[in-house]
Amino acid sequence: MIENKIVALESIALRVREHIIKMSTDGGCFVGASLSATDLMVYLYNDFLNISSDNLHDPNRDYLFLSKGHDVPALYGTLVEMGILGEERLQNHLSTLDNIYWHPNTKIPGVEFHSGSLGHLPSVAIGVALDCKIKGGKNLVICIMGDGELNEGSCWEAVMVANAYKLDNLIFVIDRNKFQANVATEDLIPLEPLVDKFEAFGASVTRIDGHNFQDLEEAFADIPYKKGKLNVVIADTIRGKGLPSIEARADRWFCNFSENEVQQLLEELHGTHQATLESEVMVVR
Amino acid sequence: MYEELLKNTALADERFIVMTAENRALVRNLPTILGNRFIDTGITEQTMIGAAAGLALRGRTPVVHALAAFLSMRAFEFIRTDVGIGNLPVKLSSFIPGFLSDGNGPTHQAIEDISIMRGIPNMQVFAATDEQDLVTMLPKIWDSSHPSYVRICTKPSVYQHDSYFEIGKAEIISEGTDVTILVYGFMFEQAMITAEILRKQGKSVGLINMRSLKPVDEQAIIRVALRCELMVTIEDHFQTGGLYSIVAETLLKNRLTANVLPIALEERWFKPARLQEVLEYEGFTGMKMAKKISSYFEEIMVDDLNDNKLILE
Repeated sequence: MIENKIVALESIALRVREHIIKMSTDGGCFVGASLSATDLMVYLYNDFLNISSDNLHDPNRDYLFLSKGHDVPALYGTLVEMGILGEERLQNHLSTLDNIYWHPNTKIPGVEFHSGSLGHLPSVAIGVALDCKIKGGKNLVICIMGDGELNEGSCWEAVMVANAYKLDNLIFVIDRNKFQANVATEDLIPLEPLVDKFEAFGASVTRIDGHNFQDLEEAFADIPYKKGKLNVVIADTIRGKGLPSIEARADRWFCNFSENEVQQLLEELHGTHQATLESEVMVVR
Repeated sequence: MYEELLKNTALADERFIVMTAENRALVRNLPTILGNRFIDTGITEQTMIGAAAGLALRGRTPVVHALAAFLSMRAFEFIRTDVGIGNLPVKLSSFIPGFLSDGNGPTHQAIEDISIMRGIPNMQVFAATDEQDLVTMLPKIWDSSHPSYVRICTKPSVYQHDSYFEIGKAEIISEGTDVTILVYGFMFEQAMITAEILRKQGKSVGLINMRSLKPVDEQAIIRVALRCELMVTIEDHFQTGGLYSIVAETLLKNRLTANVLPIALEERWFKPARLQEVLEYEGFTGMKMAKKISSYFEEIMVDDLNDNKLILE
């Protein structure tokens, strides 16, 4: 990837992270899980997928389904930066005046389907990928899933069915941030060796650094990895990426920061100041 | 007839996709005829429903098949969350509901399906009494833009049904002033026998094939409540949440009360056996239901008599 492009993507990602941090007050949001998926979404929308404000209803567009719906602040931010969602609507986060809340819904332009209950969208994405295949379309269908989400058996059902129907136009992207809601994945329901698991189920798998745009470009350049095989990209990420004071912390999944903390975190994001967090940690939401 | 109708519908309209969670009894011949528009996801009710939602997002109308118990319960949250919230035209064909699961045992008894399916906003719920009734109803159900749940019953018809069907309309078989039986699905045939026995006893008996449980034919229910001494609901379903509940809700909503006798499965699964033996054991044969209704009817008459006496005194 050329240096200019990396700089451009990093600059978009920084603005998306600002949007997320600004949404983390006055009710809060799932900050940690949003920050881990930010670079993935920024890369996919800006450099890979055929999705733009001009083709949102075009049957030949690509599709991105967000199955780990609680990271939707990253999607809101990305859609704003794409010019698909008006930035002013982020002010309406958690207001009944709009439909900007903790999980995605189709009243947001660019959101293909609602989610929130884990393990649903892999199968919905299969339906869309199947139809694209039947119609001979060139569309690619991406489903972003959380690593904790992989506890749900329906994810593995979906991998088996995608394998059976040879859906090489389908890509499951795993945001491997190593945490489920409140606990490290390997301390609760261990997932590793994750590459082996997906391969054993018939998928072609790549594992990359999910915060490295060069890696991301290389991983997606080779899709489909093998003719007739489901593609799986395991993106190793850091929960809370960009905010050292909450990075990789089990207790900073859902955050409801004070206005003051938000200001400090914005400075921390830009590397000018380390935030001192006083707000209560929220273990369960 | 079901398979023929589905085949012709799918061949005439590219939007239709036939899906199954490896329950092919109703669609054996369709894989070769429909090619890639026949999708069998294996024993994965959840994935089938999610994929059906995805296909519907692309403008398709999936008609999906699975055993009633697993379709309505294993995949419930997928139906509610993906199909229901999305208000997507996914058409659920629910195979061997109610008593039709005969010897399978309680794991396979879908006798809460009407209750849970009608609790999903946007979902329309239907039950067919037999194959003729089924193929009469399906074209309009499949043509609707809403999701639907249909209790499939493919047994040969013993009654020449009204060939006109409308969503939200019951089929009024006969009207009566003493007893009116409201029934849906497989129990229709036994209810016909019950009605005949009661008539032979000299009673004026009505019989209604509900067909559409949601939306329900409120006018049909209100008419019976106003004109008939006793309303009887017959269903191979738990007493909670099915037709008895629907009638109660309808009457309350319209500030009416009535004598209503429920014949349903009260807080228990039914004894698994050959179908006819199930009916005998559970008291759901035409004869046994007629006896139950007769004796309840007598009670009401005595009560009415006593009430009148009190008033006169």
